[in-house]
Amino acid sequence: MRYSRTSKALGLAAVLAMSITACGGTSGGGDTAASGDTTKVITANNTEPQNGLLPANTNEVGGGKVMDLLFTGLVSYDVKGAIQNELADSIETKDSKNYTIKIKSGQTFSDGSAITAKTFVDAWNFGAAAKNAQLNSYFFESIKGYDAVSAKDSTVETMEGLKVVDDTTFTVELAQPESDFPLRLGYTAFYPLPESAYKDPKAFGQDPVGNGPYKLAANGWQHNVSIQLVPNEKYSGPRKAKNGGVTFKLYNSPDAAYTDIQSDNLDVLDQVPPSGLQNFKTDFKDRFVNQPYAGNATMVIPSYLPEFSGEAGMLRRQAISMSIDRQQIIDKIFYGNKKPAVDFTSPVLDGYSDSLKGNDALKFDAAKAKDLWAQADKISPWPADKVFTITSNIDGAGNKEYITAMANQIATNLGIKAELNPVATFKEMRNLVGKKALTGGSRAGWQADYPSLYNFLGPLYATGAGSNDGSYTNPAFDAKLKEGLAATSVEAGNKLFNEAQEILLKDLPVIPLWYQAVQGVWSNNVNPVQFGWNGVPLYYEITGK
Amino acid sequence: MVMFTFRRFLQLIPVFFGATLLVYFLVFATPGDPIAALSGGKPMAPAVEAALRAQYNLDQPFWVQYGLYLKNLVTLNLGQTFSGQEVSAVIGRAYPVTARLAVMALAFEAIFGVFFGVIAGLRKGKLFDSTVLVASLVVIAVPTFVLGFVLQLVIGVQLGWAKPTVSGTAPWNQLILPALVLGLVSLAYVIRLTRASISENMNADYVRTATAKGLSRRRVVVVHILRNSLIPVVTFLGADLGGLMGGAIVTEGIFNVPGIGNLLYKAILNGETPTVVAVVGMLVIVFVLANLVVDLLYAWLDPRIRYV
Repeated sequence: MRYSRTSKALGLAAVLAMSITACGGTSGGGDTAASGDTTKVITANNTEPQNGLLPANTNEVGGGKVMDLLFTGLVSYDVKGAIQNELADSIETKDSKNYTIKIKSGQTFSDGSAITAKTFVDAWNFGAAAKNAQLNSYFFESIKGYDAVSAKDSTVETMEGLKVVDDTTFTVELAQPESDFPLRLGYTAFYPLPESAYKDPKAFGQDPVGNGPYKLAANGWQHNVSIQLVPNEKYSGPRKAKNGGVTFKLYNSPDAAYTDIQSDNLDVLDQVPPSGLQNFKTDFKDRFVNQPYAGNATMVIPSYLPEFSGEAGMLRRQAISMSIDRQQIIDKIFYGNKKPAVDFTSPVLDGYSDSLKGNDALKFDAAKAKDLWAQADKISPWPADKVFTITSNIDGAGNKEYITAMANQIATNLGIKAELNPVATFKEMRNLVGKKALTGGSRAGWQADYPSLYNFLGPLYATGAGSNDGSYTNPAFDAKLKEGLAATSVEAGNKLFNEAQEILLKDLPVIPLWYQAVQGVWSNNVNPVQFGWNGVPLYYEITGK
Repeated sequence: MVMFTFRRFLQLIPVFFGATLLVYFLVFATPGDPIAALSGGKPMAPAVEAALRAQYNLDQPFWVQYGLYLKNLVTLNLGQTFSGQEVSAVIGRAYPVTARLAVMALAFEAIFGVFFGVIAGLRKGKLFDSTVLVASLVVIAVPTFVLGFVLQLVIGVQLGWAKPTVSGTAPWNQLILPALVLGLVSLAYVIRLTRASISENMNADYVRTATAKGLSRRRVVVVHILRNSLIPVVTFLGADLGGLMGGAIVTEGIFNVPGIGNLLYKAILNGETPTVVAVVGMLVIVFVLANLVVDLLYAWLDPRIRYV
């Protein structure tokens, strides 16, 4: 799931969860909340969803926060990102390729219509079919038969890998073994849809009927203004609402939301704007969290640039990586609210390791960097007047500052010219990336869709993958990934994924910079708020004072 | 005068089409790919991408796109946003808010601007005059976003006299603060214009005559000096109304006002052509109409002006 382009994507986030100072005494949301006022309507910040509220068409945070409360899938993620059963009774597999899924009986949508095995199969087929043009359709690509339904102008409407056995059982056959498939099932794309959605999906997207802990109030979505949710009394899963509803106020900028929460005009804010990063800990003494979430910031250096290919290219990438003093940028620009990256994933994930072989390449060492650069120059000299550019959109707050600082460090430590290449908007940058027209480095990052190491690796660095912006390819890495997917346990898989990461640490298809962290604050009117693995508050747990 | 008005209305037609064509082209020509941005850097199935391009006619050459747009326009179909809402409905929700804000800002600057301007003009060189001059200079010099953030922080957050942002329905009382910020710079100009105009007219022959006739000071000021001094002020206010009705991107952004300025800003960033063109096209009409009203007001203020 991605963050709205003007806000979070751009990585204002930050801080180390590790640092206990941040959470000390404040993160105890779970215990203290139980005694609070359970009738209070919680107000929270959000942005206008970019698309209608259909599960398979919601791929950004503005819509995602709403969808995760309106719907629930087979599983959901707890605060740490571990999966817990929602509608699923059991998800079983022997070979990581064929799954048998049993769902709880007697479950319904908020309008009373029943949820059966067929509900899921229909919803997934709808999401995958080309004619429905759903943005998340690629999420179904692992399922056998996806190729047929997703081809242009295809008239096939069902994937052959999905079969209904009886009312509460269906089977999923994947095209290849994928051990982390069950982890994905809590993602928005895999939510069920009621029969009524298919008649007019567009109208349904404006007034969705779901099965989650909340339902949309009558005329609940006032575009660009607010989205009003009330508890869904038919919901019986682990995320039962402990308040009288959630009203999302839609903001165009986090700054406006920040002033609102300073005057208790808003209850929860999940993103302190850059202007507040310096002071929010004193402004909200015991009413903030500062913890990592599953996202990171990186710089892509495409492999199609001649200076960055081959042996010399590899040395140059390492040199650039080691010439960046990440901690200094974090201290000076983000007021210490981030943690330097030592791998390609995120510390909140199961299987994360801070001691991968070769992660020295991500540590600041100006002398070594200069030496590596000189070695690269011996193989093929860097043109004397060539400027190393770093492309970034500058419509997101904070981008310009950190990239300029980074360019300055690279220039100083390597003795070359380096500068920010600013583009006005996010769409312009995506265009350059899509056309493979980058001339140097480019700002990038990843926001996890579901809590798994693979999600930070496969979609980004596998040969030909959809978000492989730098056109990276390495057969050894691809093979390791495949091996990891075929593993029969999550632990075994993670071990192999980390071995795959060690290959990346040599090649550096992107240069990891730092892990993202969420700075969240809440008002005087609510009890302490917990923030989840993905940086989103657990809205359903919030109680009034 | 009827003929004059009618002709001005006729002028609207080429102006409107010219403006939409230009804006359509400008959005078309801005670099970037709105569909690629829609996926937000995540993968997108090729068939999905093709379907979305076709849905918004983005796979067609410019003239075909514009032609299709015009064709829909004739049937009053303004197109759809990327989120599937009718552009007409989106504008219909945002516009009343902006109009309310604009009217409040205009009333604020007209009433206080003329009032202070008249007093300053009549007491030229005195303490009040100097104070107003300096104060207005300061206001002009400070950028709107600074004024906005400062007032929001002081009045909204620290003193708590008003809500720092505007809530969904944008009621009148919550719009006072944004309207103040929006009108403040123009207020300074109105004061200065009125003052200059008043002090110039005070020495005019007809004022001396009026005073010599034995008219009361009040009547001389209100009827003779003020009415004649208002022409440049009204011109300014008219032009300003056009600008205010166009939505204030900065002010609406600071106070989170769900108005046309915010809408336009987002649509431009996303490359949402139908929204941008519809909003700008409508603003062109508003601007031309505001100017027409100003021209008609001249005749009322100064009977020597006649329309042919």
